[in-house]
Amino acid sequence: MAKIARLSVVDPDRCVGCQCCMFACARRYQPGLAVACIGVRSSGGMERGFTVVVCRACENPPCARVCPVDALVVRPGGGVRLNPALCIGCGHCRTACVLGAVFWDDEANKPAICIHCGTCAAYCPHDVLLLEQRETVHAEE
Amino acid sequence: MLKNDPLANVLFVDLGKKRFYVERREDLFSQYIGGAGVAIRLLDELCPQGCDPLSADNPIIFAVGPATGLFPLASKTIAMFKSPHTGNLGESHCGGRSAVAIRMAGFGAIVIRGASSLPVYLAIHDGQVHFRDASTLWGMGSSITPGRIIRTVESGAGLRTIMRIGVAGERLIPYACVTTETYRHFGRLGLGAVFGSKKLKAIAISGRRSLPVADNRQYRRLYDEIHRAAVDSPVMKKYHDLGTPENVLPLNALGGLPTRNLQAARFEGAEGISGESMAEHYLGRRLACSHCPVACIHIAALREPHPKEPYFYKTSMIAYDYEPTYALGSMLGIGDPVGMLKLMDRVEAVGLDAMTTGVVLAWATEAQQRGLVGEAETAGLKLSFGQADTYIQAVDLIVKQPTEFYRYLAHGVDAAAQRYGGLDFALSMGRNEMPGYHTGPGAHLGFFVGARHSHLDNAGYSIDQNNLVHRLVPPGELIRMIVAEERWRQVLSSLVICFFARGIYQPQVVARVLQCSGFELSTDELQRVGTVIHQLKYRFKMREGFSVDQLRLPKRLFETPATVGGWDEAYLREALRCFREIILQQEAQ
Repeated sequence: MAKIARLSVVDPDRCVGCQCCMFACARRYQPGLAVACIGVRSSGGMERGFTVVVCRACENPPCARVCPVDALVVRPGGGVRLNPALCIGCGHCRTACVLGAVFWDDEANKPAICIHCGTCAAYCPHDVLLLEQRETVHAEE
Repeated sequence: MLKNDPLANVLFVDLGKKRFYVERREDLFSQYIGGAGVAIRLLDELCPQGCDPLSADNPIIFAVGPATGLFPLASKTIAMFKSPHTGNLGESHCGGRSAVAIRMAGFGAIVIRGASSLPVYLAIHDGQVHFRDASTLWGMGSSITPGRIIRTVESGAGLRTIMRIGVAGERLIPYACVTTETYRHFGRLGLGAVFGSKKLKAIAISGRRSLPVADNRQYRRLYDEIHRAAVDSPVMKKYHDLGTPENVLPLNALGGLPTRNLQAARFEGAEGISGESMAEHYLGRRLACSHCPVACIHIAALREPHPKEPYFYKTSMIAYDYEPTYALGSMLGIGDPVGMLKLMDRVEAVGLDAMTTGVVLAWATEAQQRGLVGEAETAGLKLSFGQADTYIQAVDLIVKQPTEFYRYLAHGVDAAAQRYGGLDFALSMGRNEMPGYHTGPGAHLGFFVGARHSHLDNAGYSIDQNNLVHRLVPPGELIRMIVAEERWRQVLSSLVICFFARGIYQPQVVARVLQCSGFELSTDELQRVGTVIHQLKYRFKMREGFSVDQLRLPKRLFETPATVGGWDEAYLREALRCFREIILQQEAQ
């Protein structure tokens, strides 16, 4: 049974909203936030804490199913990879993800897709995020 | 600086003409870095000499720096304007999401000029400025509600700041604040009233972009160094666990905690409002500014039963920091945390500066106790130290101003004491009410000569606690220490580094941080930039009539023993004389 790395929000109650994860994610490619594929926003005002939006690495991902040009390729075990050369920037994938975990790079006009590398988790000062090793079969609860 | 850095973009907004445009000002940013340095240059350029701070002529300037969005803890926005409270340089710093949002929106500075005839709020998204009608939001009882509404109607969740004023700002109370993200403030010197005078209720700004760096590999290496220091370093730990109120007990033990209008510097009720006790009983959530792993913002959860109806409760989330704890706690003799939190909540709702409000109420209490004013003046209130409920009513009266007395209170302790007497115990420095440190001459001199009259723009209180407690130095030496530190802090507030991280951002580190954004400055050159910015601020202050000789030194400062002893009024006067010489020398060069 193969294992696959999957990013998880393990302790959102400890999120202080610093957004260091977002900056860390984008920094792998380009400093700033344009290409960040993780999002932290308040849950209706900061007094209510934060919602951390990450890709769940679906095994049958809707984002890939609605892509008209097959630019999103399903990874073995779940989640997708983007082939930017095919992507026409239609934005269907963004609409298809009910979590809002398909982020948008306005500068490239293409989706910013999480590759579950765990960089964000490494920079989270409060262990909100964890890169887990999941079994590929029955990976979803 | 880097040619493609959006930092040099300055957004100009004219509220009168409802127009905006962007100017590229590399001349300013390459010379003055950003933040405080760029803001004072813009203020000098755009604020007409002698202008009425509440007129359309007074510009509001927001500036961020090259490190914002690139490095952790570079998360402050510098606001500059002419202060309606002091009639002179107004500078106020605020964190929250403000700095990162301005940088991500593609600007290094935003200038707001003119005045609208109708209430408006500004929505700044994707490089466009939208002027939105704010008539419906004007006059709302709590400053929290307009924030909530704008949050739902504007885009950019997670990537935006929403700055807004409360009813105090609308009514032009000269110490009204601007609040961002519910819990952070441009607190001091009355930016809220300047917003109000322009009929500007709020500004929402959002953006999401990439930023250029000179050398990616070098940038990432330096980032990791700074991030590790911020997360692991013991210098940040105190802000991290208990937040700034961790200061309450140590300051009280040292005899430096202003209590009951500084009639004492030790408070018997300090335990109840200490960082330790607040964390144990009320801490409900911790928050961070954008791109700050420290999370010093501490929010209390206060659960209260409905006054009339059983089985109804409300839970209020109330930010508590050291300065509000001093001003609305010990300074008013309030050791009951529930009373203090309710008072803080009220001050937050109307949008007043917590520090000035506390000092004003403390003065009013002593004035009433000494018979300078009676219940006719106070509209029936019997102000008494420790009575939080009465103070909550008094806050509402400062906003409503039913009597002449409250109209004066709404102008600060100088105005009120000039009218009713009691100047000796009217605790302001340069017309701005005192912060929460009675540690010694360093703290007080710092407030008098600080370029922005803040407890944070100088090292005074730490010089008191670290140096002068062992040995009092001559006044000239003390003032030189204060000025040297303040010049350096001009550099930090130009990059815009949070001063809590000043231990991490040493000159060498700052030089390397700037290198990533294409600034080649040695540490000596950085010091020189700091001196120049300090000089520019003082030039503006002198232009607007600041005079060291005219500073009023409240007698109370010398009557109540401080942490550091052995100094008096003559000591402070001599230090101020030395300061004037430094400023004159600076000008002669």
